[in-house]
Amino acid sequence: METASNFLNIKDVSTAFKINGQFYDAISHIDLQVQHDEILAIVGESGCGKSTLATTIMGLHDPSETKISGEIDFEGTNLLQLDDADYNQFRGAKIGMIFQDPLSALNPLKRIEDQISEVMDYHTKLTKEEKHDRVLQLLDEVGIVNPKRTARQFPHELSGGMRQRVIIAIAIACKPDLIIADEPTTALDVTIQAQILDVLRAIQKENHAGIILITHDLGVVAETADRVAVMYAGQIVEQGTAEQIFNTPEHPYTRSLLRSMPQRDNENDDLYVIDGNVPSLQKMPSTGDRFAPRIPWVPAEAHEANPTMHEVAPGHEVRCTCYKHFKFPDEKGSVTA
Amino acid sequence: MWKTILRRILIMIPEVIILSILVFLLAKAMPGDPFTGSINPKADPQQIHHLMKINGLYDPWYQQYWHWVVHLFHGNLGNSYQYQEPVTRLIGGRAANTLWLALFTMILTYAFALPMGVYAGRHEGKLPDTIIRVYTYVTYCIPFFVILVLGIWIFGYVFGWFPTTGSISSSASGWLSTIGSRFYHILLPGILGALFGTVNIVQYLRSEVIDAKGSDYVRTARSKGVPSKDIYRHHIFRNSLLPIAAFAGYSITGLLNGSIFTETVFSYPGMGLLFVNSISYRDYTVITALVLIYGILNLLGTLLSDIILSIVDPRIRIE
Repeated sequence: METASNFLNIKDVSTAFKINGQFYDAISHIDLQVQHDEILAIVGESGCGKSTLATTIMGLHDPSETKISGEIDFEGTNLLQLDDADYNQFRGAKIGMIFQDPLSALNPLKRIEDQISEVMDYHTKLTKEEKHDRVLQLLDEVGIVNPKRTARQFPHELSGGMRQRVIIAIAIACKPDLIIADEPTTALDVTIQAQILDVLRAIQKENHAGIILITHDLGVVAETADRVAVMYAGQIVEQGTAEQIFNTPEHPYTRSLLRSMPQRDNENDDLYVIDGNVPSLQKMPSTGDRFAPRIPWVPAEAHEANPTMHEVAPGHEVRCTCYKHFKFPDEKGSVTA
Repeated sequence: MWKTILRRILIMIPEVIILSILVFLLAKAMPGDPFTGSINPKADPQQIHHLMKINGLYDPWYQQYWHWVVHLFHGNLGNSYQYQEPVTRLIGGRAANTLWLALFTMILTYAFALPMGVYAGRHEGKLPDTIIRVYTYVTYCIPFFVILVLGIWIFGYVFGWFPTTGSISSSASGWLSTIGSRFYHILLPGILGALFGTVNIVQYLRSEVIDAKGSDYVRTARSKGVPSKDIYRHHIFRNSLLPIAAFAGYSITGLLNGSIFTETVFSYPGMGLLFVNSISYRDYTVITALVLIYGILNLLGTLLSDIILSIVDPRIRIE
């Protein structure tokens, strides 16, 4: 996967949070690459560390409460070596972030125009008039019907969908190379979701940006992503192209996720439910397959002691060996422990 | 925004009317009548009866109320029994004293509280924050009059830095020395009042700043690449000041309550001291007038709060 077009190389990144004086890994040993012109989806349950990964790339963690190791190589710069002031040259300018909750992500006391042009205040030398024109252009780009009016309004006067568009406008204002979208459609209803995804795709095509799309909605992934990384309990358990993940999923977790999606052709069946929960940070096992407790019928010897990534096809990697003979209990020929 | 303010002022009119009726009825319910004992202890009951009749005291309450309101609008609040002079003149001079003291206390309060609250919130958990918190808890635990008495004893008596009574020294002459002397007299009560008044504001502001620091819009601002000091200036301050602004008008109520203590302890001739004295002398006309004035000032305080809020918070404006 090490090609010249990888402008973002995440190498062996771990982020640990301080809980009661001790550090616990929220994400551990993450390796990921992002290229221009691609949408990389990161999927997983709540608590898998998806958002932690996003905020780690953005450098939004409080350094006194977190410990970050590894390397985030962004166009030749290791972001993790930067101090806050230097990091600010990247935030907003080269990396834009779209947040999950559009209702609270805007300052309630500032007009939309001021909130969008603020990002240009720090990264461009545009005049006031140029910034004003750019704001209107951005609002138009993200599909706001009456940009002039919206620019003058306050966040509380806009609907959730409009606010999310404004947040996208902020993220893309300086044409960043990387856009991190952390569950951009979770708080929105389905029709608005589709529109927002269209906007994201259009922007990506125009700016040749790379997008990291964080979501737990496999429908959204299927619709938009070029590549998919599946995260479980702070680790990447499988990654590959969208076709590989959806057509030939290998890891038991990926297969369980896909199986728990409602399908039109089995509407009479009960939905598949993965038993158990993602372990909390303090209870995260340091060795062994972290997903093993949730597939108890798989014999222990099927798992690796220290699961590593195995390439099963070009660009398709799976963690642990347990995928090899994995079957669900109700499947034919399943082996139970 | 003007619509919001206008509507708010219109709402105040019925509030003032209801307040005045309540004050009037309370005054009526108080025991005694204006003539017994004020003319001659041996006055003929027949004569008092006659006086009551020609003064309209047997009229139904609403007619009496109407007369009272008409007098009110002519600036006539009756005569003080204790001082035998018009209530308006009696209150007038003292109101100015109270106003200066209250204004000075308020300015000092915010001058102390805003930097302390913001600093404590910004550097949460650090030593200066702990010191500020201990200070607020200790001050909050001590009753206000104890602070005043301690203050007088330490700074007025032991060190002798400040005068302990009155509003002006008798030797002051010429406008410059008059103003100087007046200011000198409100310095200690003002500082002590401010030390006490900061507690609530510091605690509020501190927790607001801490909340705002972790809010989503601050995270958005950080992801725009806004430097930390600008985040505080442009995003955290204004949002944290909302409840403080809402508090500002209401704090007038606190100042008026405080003025009763401060003026009594410092023998400072203001409305608070007059109020306490009038109660001990059952000087009904003065009490009624003061209750009405305090009530209206409180209403003005809430009006002020609402106006400030509608200026700083776009969400409550009426378009």
